[in-house]
Amino acid sequence: MPKQIHLAAHFPGVNNTTVWSDPEAGSHIEFDSFVKLAQTAERAKFDFFFLAEGLRLREQGGRIYDLDVVGRPDTFTVLAALAAVTERLGLAGTINSTFNEPYEVARQFASLDHLSDGRAAWNVVTSWDAFTGENFRRGGFLAEGDRYSRATRFLETAKELFDSWPADAIAADKNSGTFLRDPSAGTFAHQDEHFDIAGRFNVPRSPQGRPVILQAGDSDAGREFAAATADAIFSRHGTLTDGQKFYADVKGRLARYGREHDSLNVLPAATFVLGDTDNDAQERARIVRRQQVSGATAIKFLEQLWNRDLSAYDPDGPLPEIDPDVSEQHIARGRASVRMHRDPIAVAREWRERAAAEKLSIRELIIEVTGRQNFIGSAATIAAALDDLVQQDAADGFILVPHVTPGGLDEFADKVVPLLQERGVFRTEYSGPTLRDHLGLATP
Amino acid sequence: MTNLHLAVALDGAGWDPAAWRAPEARPAELFTARYWTQLVAEAEAGKLDFVTIEDGLGVQTDDPGQVQGRLDAVLIASRVAPLTHHIGLVPTATVTHTEPFHISKAIATLDYVSRGRAGWRVQLSARAHEAQHFGRREIPEINPAFPVREHVRELYDEAADYVEVVRRLWDSWEDDAEIRDAATGRFIDRDKVHYINFEGRFFTVKGPSITPRPPQGQPVVTALAHNEIPYRFAEKAADVVYVTPVDAADAHEIASQVRVRHVFADLVVFLEPTSTAARQLPSDAHVFAGTPAQLADLLLEWQAAGISGFRLRPGRLPDDLRGITRGLVPELQSRGVFRHEYQEDTLRARLGLERPANRYAAVEGARVA
Repeated sequence: MPKQIHLAAHFPGVNNTTVWSDPEAGSHIEFDSFVKLAQTAERAKFDFFFLAEGLRLREQGGRIYDLDVVGRPDTFTVLAALAAVTERLGLAGTINSTFNEPYEVARQFASLDHLSDGRAAWNVVTSWDAFTGENFRRGGFLAEGDRYSRATRFLETAKELFDSWPADAIAADKNSGTFLRDPSAGTFAHQDEHFDIAGRFNVPRSPQGRPVILQAGDSDAGREFAAATADAIFSRHGTLTDGQKFYADVKGRLARYGREHDSLNVLPAATFVLGDTDNDAQERARIVRRQQVSGATAIKFLEQLWNRDLSAYDPDGPLPEIDPDVSEQHIARGRASVRMHRDPIAVAREWRERAAAEKLSIRELIIEVTGRQNFIGSAATIAAALDDLVQQDAADGFILVPHVTPGGLDEFADKVVPLLQERGVFRTEYSGPTLRDHLGLATP
Repeated sequence: MTNLHLAVALDGAGWDPAAWRAPEARPAELFTARYWTQLVAEAEAGKLDFVTIEDGLGVQTDDPGQVQGRLDAVLIASRVAPLTHHIGLVPTATVTHTEPFHISKAIATLDYVSRGRAGWRVQLSARAHEAQHFGRREIPEINPAFPVREHVRELYDEAADYVEVVRRLWDSWEDDAEIRDAATGRFIDRDKVHYINFEGRFFTVKGPSITPRPPQGQPVVTALAHNEIPYRFAEKAADVVYVTPVDAADAHEIASQVRVRHVFADLVVFLEPTSTAARQLPSDAHVFAGTPAQLADLLLEWQAAGISGFRLRPGRLPDDLRGITRGLVPELQSRGVFRHEYQEDTLRARLGLERPANRYAAVEGARVA
């Protein structure tokens, strides 16, 4: 039997990949949009629905960034409401381990798991910056180098809380008057360099024992954290060679923690543009790319690399001759991507050379160098491409990121999913009630 | 006669510690969505104003003969929201160990998923064992040598700052901040999204919220208060205060002391078809046991004394909730003092509260003027 593909639906987020200007684009905050995307995903038998989170509005040049979608709901609250309008779909939320405390997060996830009958998942993210910290009591209390150590300890602590109630702790025997079979249920004591807590946890063991754990870090420390603790990893490596390399790397780390090869699902993020034919899809993809990268957006992207105010430049003109400012990033705040260019001067030189050689304007260059869609083609082409990547161990599945809210998954659900089912690589019915069932994970 | 407002307080199997053993009780289902959905649906069938849901950051008791454990109340309310249409949803959330930024967006989101039916019961924690669950601050055990009053005042001062931050965050987006202006490529008008720049004795919060202003603008803030310090807190922070009079004279006394838009009296209720003996129950609130008609008499007497509504705490669930919806409510309707159908779309409107202007928009307008 071929490897089975796992699929998740990412609610379109606050990056420029989300095309809010599309005539079909709906609200990013009204509950109906969340219902629509979640129900489409469930109709298509997806494994789970995924929500990202950022705890401070992004800024550029000292002002709130206004060119992309801004604003989102509280993760736990919207997932709990979605549990009422779906029956099997997993519900994954991104929750930060820096600006939360284990007791509260553990009771929220355990509650969500109860209220969804075993469908909760936690994407554990770390942050450290004082910028985000300004919204919280402790401010920017954590050193950058300590963020994974806190995340690791946070998750260990949360697991102790999840495990603090035996599955059969509640007797609720009216005749004998025994509510708790085990009077010490929930008792915990945890002490390490980050947390010193003790007492009794107040949510009984949830249907999945604990939520499914997702992780998205790409650094060496992030990969190690995932190999040690995660049930699935949300990666950026969606091409064959890059994907295979990442896949082999993280799966190779599992043995060190006594874990099986199948206990960690590798799920790259995947954007897509469907068309009736491959040519049609390519044409549509070009249009989407221009929607995603307006002239104003192109300048902002350039500023993120240059770390300078470039508002005086014409997006339809040539790239700046001036070199990037390599001092500490001060132009763009609140986004992870600005840290990805390790040598801005070299990248800038490369971009200038390419723009000159291909006669590209700033906007045209940015369209070329940023986030081209991963999968472009007819339904048959995309189904084959997804299947190949999974069978060749570049992935175990994909987290699909539609570019339009909330209808951007409809075409995929209607056209690609049936082809994957025909190939025998995607479920036609859910095999069990919990997200662990969908992902083939054992209950702890 | 003015219509009275009626809420119920849901907690586990009911407010009687023995409620879980009652014949109709379903103690094995306390941690399921179905249990809570059915209770709130019953309250909605009775046209009640809103339900509150109790919560806490620790177990209720160490007695294995009583209910222990609970689900997060905000998440219960949110889970129930799409399956109900009119009733207000007012979960309890503790302020002492949590982040105002998180609670603000959680209640705002509850307001979105319920389309304007969200409220919040603000709760403090002065319990040493709950502080230990967080390990971030010392809260001393209450003992005779300890200056309780000062300590409590500090906690309420902190809670007042907390509510102020939550309210500012709700206003940090003006209603028309989202513009989707294709011509300029701008999704929002950032002049209509505001830093709150709160700086107090206990914390500072920059803002703005990540969640746009909720449908009601300001969801309904409520608090339980037993004496002077919390009364003053409620006046600063709350739209509805729950008080605990023992009789009509006491109700009159309290109602004249507390200047909050709505003063609701809390009552633990046991409803029976015929007159019944008084119930012995350790309770901060008056315990009523009797017929729906007797309870209606009491409510109207207290209403005349200055109480605008009631938060009834059913002794046993679902029995006494049904006693309220199927006994008390028809009784009040027949006396012409309770609605037959829901009229208003939002919880604020039901309580006669305007949708408030945004404090930041007002500042802006004043500057232009």
